[in-house]
Formats: sequence, C-alpha cells, structure tokens
Amino acid sequence: MTNRDIVIVGGGPAGLAAATAAYDVGARDIVILEREENLGGILNQCIHNGFGLHTFKEELTGPEYAARFEQLVYDRGIEYRLGSTVINVSADKVVTYVSEKDGLQKIKAKAIVLTCGCRERPRGGINIAGARAAGIFSAGTAQKLVNIDGLMPGREVVILGSGDIGLIMARRMTFEGAKVKAVVELMPYSSGLNRNIVQCLNDFGIPLMFSHTVVDIKATNGRVSSVVIAQVDEKLQPIMSTAQEIACDTLLLSVGLLPENELAGYAGVQLSPVTNGAIVDDQMMTSVEGIFECGNVLHVHDLVDYVSEESTHAGKCAAAYVQNGMTATEYVPTCGTNGVRYVVPQKIRKDTNYEQISLRMRVANAFRNVELAVLLDGEKIVSRRRPIVTPGEMETVVLNSELVERVKHGSKLEVTLLGGTK
Amino acid sequence: MSKQFICINCPLGCHLEVDDSDLNDIKVSGNTCPRGKIYAISEVTAPKRMVTDSVPVDGGDVLRVSVKTAAPIPKEKIFDCIAVIRTVRAKAPVHIGDVLYTDVCGTGVDIVATRNAKAI
Repeated sequence: MTNRDIVIVGGGPAGLAAATAAYDVGARDIVILEREENLGGILNQCIHNGFGLHTFKEELTGPEYAARFEQLVYDRGIEYRLGSTVINVSADKVVTYVSEKDGLQKIKAKAIVLTCGCRERPRGGINIAGARAAGIFSAGTAQKLVNIDGLMPGREVVILGSGDIGLIMARRMTFEGAKVKAVVELMPYSSGLNRNIVQCLNDFGIPLMFSHTVVDIKATNGRVSSVVIAQVDEKLQPIMSTAQEIACDTLLLSVGLLPENELAGYAGVQLSPVTNGAIVDDQMMTSVEGIFECGNVLHVHDLVDYVSEESTHAGKCAAAYVQNGMTATEYVPTCGTNGVRYVVPQKIRKDTNYEQISLRMRVANAFRNVELAVLLDGEKIVSRRRPIVTPGEMETVVLNSELVERVKHGSKLEVTLLGGTK
Repeated sequence: MSKQFICINCPLGCHLEVDDSDLNDIKVSGNTCPRGKIYAISEVTAPKRMVTDSVPVDGGDVLRVSVKTAAPIPKEKIFDCIAVIRTVRAKAPVHIGDVLYTDVCGTGVDIVATRNAKAI
C-alpha cells in the first residue's frame, strides 16, 4: 500500500478541475485514477458544440473543453493513471483499484475526491414490457458507438425520452443516414434545451410526441422490429386505445441520469434520496471526514461549466483539509421549500472563514416571473428575479461572506420561490 | 409571409411570429427581448448551423477524432457538408484546430479537428 495526499477518482471534467485547483493552492501529492484509456470522461463523446460559454466565453465542443482542462493537468505535472478502475473506497480512506499494468493496488489517502460522474438509467429502470431483443441502447451508449467507434447502432430509430442526450442523438443518427421516426416523451414537456429541440428535431422534421410512452417492444429474429407507443393520461398511465405501432430496428433510451455512488456507499457516505448523490457541506465534504464529492456524482448538472466551478471549489477544500485537518465544529442545514426540490450543499459550516458560498438547486416545476429568494430565519437575505425557472436548468445563488457571517447556531437557511405563475 | 419559430436563446422559448413579406422591414412579434428579434431575422434571412461529426484517424492512439465546421454554415448545406466530411481521413498526429478540409461546399469555412490524436 502506498500513501498519497489526495486521490481523485475519475478523470472527467470534475476530476480534472479538482486536481488542478488542489495543485494551485499548494497540494503536490495528487493522483487521478481514470478507468478509461483517456482523460476527459464523457466529454470525449459529446462532439457537439455549446460547451464552455460561461468558463471560456466561447462555444466549444466537448472534446475541446476537456482538452483545455487536460492541458492544465499536464502543465502542472499532476500524476494520472489510465485504465485504472477503482473497485473500493473505505471509510478510513483506502482506495483499491485494478489496472492491467499495476494489477490490484491500494492507496492510503489523506483526502479523496469522488468525481465518478453519472450513468444512464437503463431499460430495467423504467420497466418497459416486450422483447429482450438486440437494438435497444441507452442514448449515451449509441453516442459512444457512433462518435468514438464509428459504428452505427441501427437504421430506423425511435427515441424514448427528450432529454438533451436523446435530442442530440436524434440529429447525430440523422447525419449518419438513419431515419429517426419519433422522439417520444412521457411528460407534457421536454427537459431538454429549446435550442436542441429546434436544432436537433425541428430542423429535420423529426416529430416530438409529448405525453406518450413505449408500451411494447416487438422483435423478429432477436432484433427489434417495432415499438408500440401510446398516449398517457394525467397520471402518466398509458391509454391503450391510442396505441400505435412504429416499425424500427433501434430504440434509444434517454430517460435520466443517475449519479454513480457505489464507491461512496462502500465508504459509508450518507446519500441524499433526492439527488442520489452524497450529502455534503459547503466544502463539498461528505459525511465521511476527508471524502469529498463534486460534479455529476454529487448531483446531475446541465452545464459542464458548473461542474468545473463546483469541482474547483472541492479541489481547493480537499487541499485545505490535507493541510489543516477538520476545522468545522458546527453546521447549519440548508433546505429548499415551495417548489425548490433540493439545495446543494445540504449544510454549511459555522465558525469558519470563507469568501462566499454557492448554493445550487433545482426546482420541481416550471415557474414564470418568479423570485428566487434565500431566507435566513425567515428574513429575506438574497433575492433574484427570474423570468423563468425550469426543472431542467440548475439555479445558483451566491451568499457573500457578509451574509455567511450572519448565519448563527440554530439558524434556518431556506431557499424558496416567491410569487410566480406556473 | 408569416413564419413561426421557437427562440433558442434562453429557457423561455418564446414563440416568435415573423412577417418577412418586406425583407427590408421584417416584423417580429412574440419576443420578450431584443435577442429574439435578432434570432428571428437571421432564421428567415440566412439561417446557419455549426456541423460537428467525427472522422477516422490513421496511425493514432484513438480510432477517430471529432471535427467541426470552423464557423456556422448555411443550414441548407448541412447534408452536403456531412457528405464531404464522410470522405475525410485524418493522419496522426492530429491537433485541435488542424484544418482537415478546406472551404467545405464553397462556404469558405474549413473543417477542423476538435480532438487530439497522438501518433503511435
């Protein structure tokens, strides 16, 4: 077993930003463990543009955005090990990983930053009836096949779910010569960006069917031959009299992302049933001292820029923890009310000096012309007027140091929506 | 003639109504902010899109590198552009920004690499 100051689990955008930030505040003994053969994570297969507007003030593709952060890691000489899959993290901060090159290895860390990202909800997660046939892929798997491996998953496609990955893949498959027959969405609205609905579907005349779902998958010779879709009622139950069959050889599923928290679970990290990520304090430290979490493993982000920002903060805090140990003695919980579904971090430290704290949150429903407010013991301390808030877009409110100072023992810190129309 | 668009600038997604019967005086309604008007006018006069794709690499540490048009191209040339990209092969090493095809479909826009590939 070797000893390291900081072990970062995952070399995607979160891991790269955390490693760079830790280095920049003085940490030197850092190692990134990445299971793929490249750094950059999922960005490498996100070849479309639109990344980095906040961070770099220009629109980059996913691989370009990743390359900028990879370069920061190379410039600093931060160690990274590729093809290295972490299989266990323990509460006493021993990281166990396997790789073809190193075999089975254990590293005792002073701090661990979990940046494992998220994975796609699979077919089993939504219980679609029908054939267990070839031709059913998660949208991200199809994206990897097309963009990284140059392979086409199929020719006639139906996509279930209108999240951004599903929309992006509708255009991608169309570019590659496939016929995308429909994008089917259970909800009466899309969680994807307007821009993607316009530029990935409308541009190519691909129908988007709201309040519809797949109720059956049919197969011939072990390959998907059609799917049956039906409208759903307001309780999201299929109305079988509306069922129609669409001939296709491929069904892509874009039905949600789940933070990948198996390792956090092994270490005994307390998880939130709302975000499916860890419960963290304002330094992104989990319930296990010295284990930090950030990026999509903590809560699913819509913009990579926010992943980088959050992970930069987590990296700095991990380095500070290695240097100073545990400084917190007392916490004040945060909570979301009146339509704010969750707030991250779930608690903030008292008796510690900070510059400022970013509170990140998602709302449960879309509201127009609404006030996003932070209440401290019922008193409004921050207010932001928003023309619209939607469940698909993460909101951020910054508490400056003056406001943080005002948080006392036993305070209640609440983020809430005031006014607004649905 | 009246045309309809959904504005892509922000989550509001305003439903824009555009009257372009007089190209010198295009009328836009339904927008909440000036960005909506600018978007609507560009959509009826000269809609443009970025095109992204990936191409095979010879002798590289990765099988393919991703590519993009260095600037948005006219929307009606998207499929012609894709057909051209299908003929492109890169040779490692490839660096982000390397021009892999010049002046695609007479647009004056180059196809550039968006991923690095080391030679092996």
